[in-house]
Amino acid sequence: MERTSTGVPNEKMLMWAFIGSECMLFASLIATYLAYRGRSLVGPYPEDLLNIPFITVTTFVLLMSSLTMVLALSAVQRGDARGSRVFLLLTAVLGIIFVGGQAIEFSHFAGEGLGLSRNLFSSTFFLTTGFHGAHVTAGVIWLLSLWVLTMRGRLGPEKSVKVEVAGLYWHFVDVVWIVLFTVIYLMSGS
Amino acid sequence: MAKIEAAVPGEGRGVSTYAGGVWSWITTVDHKRIGILYFVSGLVFFLVAGVEAMLIRLQLAAPGNTLLDPATYNQLFTMHGLTMVLFAVMPIGAGFFNYLVPLQIGARDVAFPRLNAFSYWLFLFGALLLNSSFLFGGAPGAGWFAYANLTSSQYSPGHGMDFYILGLALAGAGSIVAALNFIVTILNLRAPGLSMMRVPLFTWMTLVVSFLIILAFPPFTIGIVFLLFDRMFGTFFFEPLGGGDPILWQHLFWIFGHPEVYIVVLPAFGIISEVIPTFSRKPLFGYPVVVYSGVLIGFLGFGVWAHHMFSVGLGPLANSVFAGLTMLIAIPTGVKMFNWIATMWGGAIRFRTAMLFAVGLIAMFTIGGLSGVMHSSPPADLQQTDTYFVVAHFHYVLFGGTMLGLFSGMYYWFPKVTGRFLDERLGKVHFWLTFIGINLTFFPMHFAGLHGMPRRTFTYPAGLGFEGYNLTSTVGAGITLVAVLVFLYNLIRSLRSGEPAGANPWGGATLEWSTSSPPPAHNFDRTPQVRSRDPLWNDGVGPPAAEEEIHMPNPSYWPLVVAGGALTLAAGALIGLPVVLLGAAVMVGGIYGWAFEPIHG
Repeated sequence: MERTSTGVPNEKMLMWAFIGSECMLFASLIATYLAYRGRSLVGPYPEDLLNIPFITVTTFVLLMSSLTMVLALSAVQRGDARGSRVFLLLTAVLGIIFVGGQAIEFSHFAGEGLGLSRNLFSSTFFLTTGFHGAHVTAGVIWLLSLWVLTMRGRLGPEKSVKVEVAGLYWHFVDVVWIVLFTVIYLMSGS
Repeated sequence: MAKIEAAVPGEGRGVSTYAGGVWSWITTVDHKRIGILYFVSGLVFFLVAGVEAMLIRLQLAAPGNTLLDPATYNQLFTMHGLTMVLFAVMPIGAGFFNYLVPLQIGARDVAFPRLNAFSYWLFLFGALLLNSSFLFGGAPGAGWFAYANLTSSQYSPGHGMDFYILGLALAGAGSIVAALNFIVTILNLRAPGLSMMRVPLFTWMTLVVSFLIILAFPPFTIGIVFLLFDRMFGTFFFEPLGGGDPILWQHLFWIFGHPEVYIVVLPAFGIISEVIPTFSRKPLFGYPVVVYSGVLIGFLGFGVWAHHMFSVGLGPLANSVFAGLTMLIAIPTGVKMFNWIATMWGGAIRFRTAMLFAVGLIAMFTIGGLSGVMHSSPPADLQQTDTYFVVAHFHYVLFGGTMLGLFSGMYYWFPKVTGRFLDERLGKVHFWLTFIGINLTFFPMHFAGLHGMPRRTFTYPAGLGFEGYNLTSTVGAGITLVAVLVFLYNLIRSLRSGEPAGANPWGGATLEWSTSSPPPAHNFDRTPQVRSRDPLWNDGVGPPAAEEEIHMPNPSYWPLVVAGGALTLAAGALIGLPVVLLGAAVMVGGIYGWAFEPIHG
């Protein structure tokens, strides 16, 4: 490990600063969603379409992926090759299930007449959740790449910072979803 | 991993040499070379935007002039603003960051050298993409602020606005990546003993600016994504017919746009905080206060955006809060002014060209700052908004503040970068012509504005009393142009035959002056041990650490490949889906090539 002035590895500090930047990105999206809530001129409206039980399940899946991410990092740090493989893959699969749920939701909405350019709800909903879904997808690709490395035995404890940084990103994306789930789904009735 | 032979300490000119040729510049990951690339590109765009400004001034020289038609005029003032702020001033500032920060903190390079090259290519491609709009049906013409719904496909048909969105998305991403890199570099790569409160002011301001960039650019990015979707896919973000609100754009834009003012001016403040102590032979007066006031300006800079929107009618409460915060930001700025003046007080001042520009900044920025405080009062602002008074204000800030500071830095560090001095006699001609030119150009605009001359209109009728002011401004712009030509001549001449400069020709105090001019590729033979805030003035460099192996990152073409993929993707948005997919594929392939390239960095 290189010496750094603060003791924090460079990659980790880069990710923390990046997360700071991403906060402003999602804050802009969420603020726009809130500012435009209830201002669609034509339906369908959020309360007509949002399937809270279904998304609660995929939300649970995504939150569980944070747990498996922690276990994956721990396995890599301990040099547990089997645990590394299993938990990295499991985290990615949980992420895929979440994105799959989003795809089902999107196509269901489209079938109900809520295209992207239908109203303000569709504009803000698809962009906000779409941005988040793109982040999850990027994270899945990242995790699968790490998983391939573990399969080839190229991700030992000395490289655990690579997994730690991916984990920081993954947890951040999960936390953003907690906010989105609250703002878009749980607050949709009020 | 490239290994460099440990070299003789001290004047190590030519210890480690660079490979030559264009390919070595294309694949470079060296912070000094990237700094030079930024600088040269920024200078080219400075000339482009300067020509645009001259055309605007020629059009306005006389009432009822027909040199430019209204549409062309709109494109010219839009591109002048965008190019000056984003493609001239910011990259020239980035040139200084890149070249100087690792030298000032005693590092061999930035934390992520390849990422640094990637930032440069993104900036360059974004700037070229936006400027190419002149060739493909016309540049954007809705102002650099691009207020909705002037930018909708109904009111801005053609592709000008699409080029705006895509070009700025690329360049903005480049700025964010560069800023992330510099945050890590400054916090993590400092030489032993160089605590944060010993870091040179220029590096401190780079750190503040980097934080501003990573926090200010995302809201703008979201704004242009919304605009892209409104224009291309029929969403309603800024579309009143669908319930959308054009004012949302103004918020997103100015949450970026106001910190952007500090993004361009703080590097200049950092530069003259280095120049004034050196040419006064005195340490900076109140170093911690200058640091804290810079940080405070950064914080407050995020709380004042709506002062650009007083005329929207946000209501008395919002207007009062933003007016108060805006007035507040004048305090840390004023504190800096007094620190610089107090640094000169009682010093042994040498008025070399760098110092002239630094002192010029203090005077000119104060004028711009004072008119800024005037705008902070909503009733006064309502009289001034959208008039030439505002144009006068921000040109005093941007030219009188930022550009004079950047010129000061060019004269100060040119000997470090090239090993030669810029010519002092030509430098003084450059300074005085600039000083006279900008005051002739911008001071009369105050009066024109107070007499009611509106901004952004391509002409004005005779008999309103605007003629004299405008003709004076145009003459002043001509003088400024001559000054720039003198500077370019000086630059080219001094590169070839300037007087040779030693390692520390001005007697500077900071670490970059402890290495040779130009510095070797690895900057320092041994990592310096810092013991004080002005290490070269008071024996503040300790004995070097034990023998060390020097590892320098290898050149890489992957940053260019990934940035090229991003450019293809962005251009594909205007061409067609296959090109988008091609660009995405190149990007993804490039990222994997990058990740698995067997080198350090």
